[in-house]
Amino acid sequence: MSIKSLLTTNVSILALTIATTVALTMPVQAKTFKYAFQGDAQSLDPHSLNETFTLGLLGNVYEPLIDYDKDMKKIPGLATKWEATSPTTWAFELRKGVKFHNGNPFTADDVIFTWKRMLSEGSDQKARAALIKDIKKVDDFHIIVETPVPNPTVLNEMTQMYVMDKEWAEKHNAVKSSSPKDAGRDGSYATTHENGTGPFIVESRQPDVKTVLVRYKDHWNKDIATNIDRVEFTPIKQAATRVAALLSGQIDLVFPVPVQDWNRLTKAPSVKALNGPEARTIFLGMDQSRDELLHSSVKGKNPFKDVRVRKAFAHAINLDAIKKAIMRGASTPSGLMWAPQIQGYNAASNTPYKYDPETSKKLLKEAGYPDGFTVTMDCPNNRYVNDEKICQAVASMLAKVGVKIDLLAQPKSKYFAKVLAQGGYDTSFYLLGWTPASMDVYNVFNSLIVCQNKEKKAGSFNLGNYCNKKVDELTKIIASETDVAKRQAAIDEAAKIIQDEVGYLPLHQQPLSWGVRDGVKVAQRADNVLDYRDVVMP
Amino acid sequence: MFLFLARRLFQAAMVMLTVALIAFALFQYVGDPVANMVGQDTSVADREKLKQDLGLNDPIIVQFGHFVQNASKGEFGQSYRLRKPVKELIAERFPATLELSIISAILALLVGIPMGVYTALHPKSWVSQGFMTLSLIGISLPTFLIGIFLILFFGVILQWLPTFGRGEVVDLGWWTTGFLSKSGWQSLIMPAITLAIFQMTLIVRLIRAEMLEVLRSDYIKFARARGLHERSISFSHALKNTLVPVITIIGLQIGSLIAFAIITESVFQWPGMGLLFIQAIEEVDIPIMSAYLLLIALVFVIINLLVDILYYSIDPRLRMN
Repeated sequence: MSIKSLLTTNVSILALTIATTVALTMPVQAKTFKYAFQGDAQSLDPHSLNETFTLGLLGNVYEPLIDYDKDMKKIPGLATKWEATSPTTWAFELRKGVKFHNGNPFTADDVIFTWKRMLSEGSDQKARAALIKDIKKVDDFHIIVETPVPNPTVLNEMTQMYVMDKEWAEKHNAVKSSSPKDAGRDGSYATTHENGTGPFIVESRQPDVKTVLVRYKDHWNKDIATNIDRVEFTPIKQAATRVAALLSGQIDLVFPVPVQDWNRLTKAPSVKALNGPEARTIFLGMDQSRDELLHSSVKGKNPFKDVRVRKAFAHAINLDAIKKAIMRGASTPSGLMWAPQIQGYNAASNTPYKYDPETSKKLLKEAGYPDGFTVTMDCPNNRYVNDEKICQAVASMLAKVGVKIDLLAQPKSKYFAKVLAQGGYDTSFYLLGWTPASMDVYNVFNSLIVCQNKEKKAGSFNLGNYCNKKVDELTKIIASETDVAKRQAAIDEAAKIIQDEVGYLPLHQQPLSWGVRDGVKVAQRADNVLDYRDVVMP
Repeated sequence: MFLFLARRLFQAAMVMLTVALIAFALFQYVGDPVANMVGQDTSVADREKLKQDLGLNDPIIVQFGHFVQNASKGEFGQSYRLRKPVKELIAERFPATLELSIISAILALLVGIPMGVYTALHPKSWVSQGFMTLSLIGISLPTFLIGIFLILFFGVILQWLPTFGRGEVVDLGWWTTGFLSKSGWQSLIMPAITLAIFQMTLIVRLIRAEMLEVLRSDYIKFARARGLHERSISFSHALKNTLVPVITIIGLQIGSLIAFAIITESVFQWPGMGLLFIQAIEEVDIPIMSAYLLLIALVFVIINLLVDILYYSIDPRLRMN
């Protein structure tokens, strides 16, 4: 060893020592981020409940192959590359060197295991997993994903498929997804424990009370923005208590904040309200299938089968007034059933119906209801932003053109029990909101717009059974056309038909409503998910 | 005594059975639990299957039968929403409610009894008038409003006290306590006051009314005539005889402190049983609702039993029979 290299070594050792000393003596400030939401995640098992908040929280702990960034753009997650090798096959290259929280390496076997687990008995992700016919392992870091039919949205759906460690699940008897009915029994280990690859580890959790997460030091991605080391999540049920917790400085972020509290937050010195647009569209639906409405003064026929009546309703509702008076200017009036953030949205098709009560009256007269009629409107009162108030406003707007609304506003548990399939779609006129989990328009078509079809599991949330054969045909194209331009043409054509015959009455995209302490930077994602990766503390 | 107890226990069992039956009859009207247990994309068939698996398609009376059968074995099923056995959940949450109730009860008694006695002994003093006015406010303001005022003033404006939760709790294995940490005590102050105020005012008014009654009775006059100390007349003669009806009421009130801490708990996000219950109602978590209602019935039954036994020790006339 030459003198020079010895010297260099010594110098570098010295430099290292100094660096370490400096690092050690510098105050290491552990940054704790505290936030509150109105409810809690129902499970730590990412396959047992397909619900936004639960999956959103678990997205910090588990990771999919393809992830969303803060603008809902698809970015590499546990996969580094993917490409379509045929209309029904995708080749994925998996990320190397990724370790689960318990230190197990991540490989192709875990991906295949995850897919199978999502298809298991207790899973709430069966529909999503069924979009994939098979996953073939090429080697530890290459897989081929096959879909049964060409599917342009499968990549979007994959953002909600969180990869679980095969070995860990086998060891803890958790190879099948836990379901609500086997709580506390064998196989529910994954409900209360996690082992993901994500940037945060669940340190402790008492459901409904508190969940503490700490940063995973060995996370593969060293470039994520956040500087937090620890997260304390507390569900706070009462809106007033939630807002007080923020104002008193005990909490860094709360959501949702009631619309009427926005002014308070804006005026308060150290907090602010964040009201970005949410991808959830609020709309009204009408029973268009029964020969006689279940809840109406009209007997022997169904007024909603007459397009003139539907048009009359559309022109009677003043979307701008709802925006101004009820949503404090923060909603986005919509003519479409899907939001701008949704894949397949085309601004050119988005023309809300014109507010024109005179036309409404004329149309009603033409349709044979010069004095209007009475219909019951079903409305939730604790599900969407100001849901009941919107319904009240709609009722008074319709009253002006002669339609009398009997408003039945109920808590969501009762509301959904009545209007959904289990209740036999027991509604004539209702308010509902929808965010397609895949962030793609096909989900909207398949759930809300195609004709009800129990065998094909289609149109399950088309509560009023709006049904148009041409739209059904176009939906098939939307489902499988991989050529973007052709697909968009089909979407636009369908949108036009739906609008022309007033299949639905879209109202608006509701605003997100978060309250955050000054200096705390967060990304407000359009699906109302808080991603810790983007949280930067002062 | 034995016969008395046996009869009481039988009555208790009947009460609890009735409570459970009424509860089950009501559960039909709270909505559909399944909609809260699955995501929006879950198919109709899967929803139906889950409903079937949970036994929710059985007739009410069959569901009730299963419930009683399991409950008699100490099994209360699993929470739909939190996916944990109800037994564990209640055991986790019970300490929070009990600690809050006990502190509130102590607060109500420690402040209420002296205030009551004072207002009875000096009915015309301005301090008494002040106490009475305060108690009127306390009895007429709704609990949640008091809670929100406290939060606004001490939490948001002054920022002295935490506005939600239980602070840091120490886990003793079989019990979690907030009594061993500073933040635990700080978090306890506002909820305890909120919960105590109604009880406190009730006690003040009750003691005052009863004591005024007793002070007019002959044996007090005799005691005065005998030249006894005013202090000993007030406390060992008058107060003691005031206590019989007061104990009944206080006993029941402690029951309701535990049972109806619901509002206080939800205003302060106090992680007790009341909060568990109110969230269960919203999400139609039937196993939690039924177990909770049964437990509350049990608490009342036990308290009533204890009150009856206390009568024995306080009132010698009952022992004579």
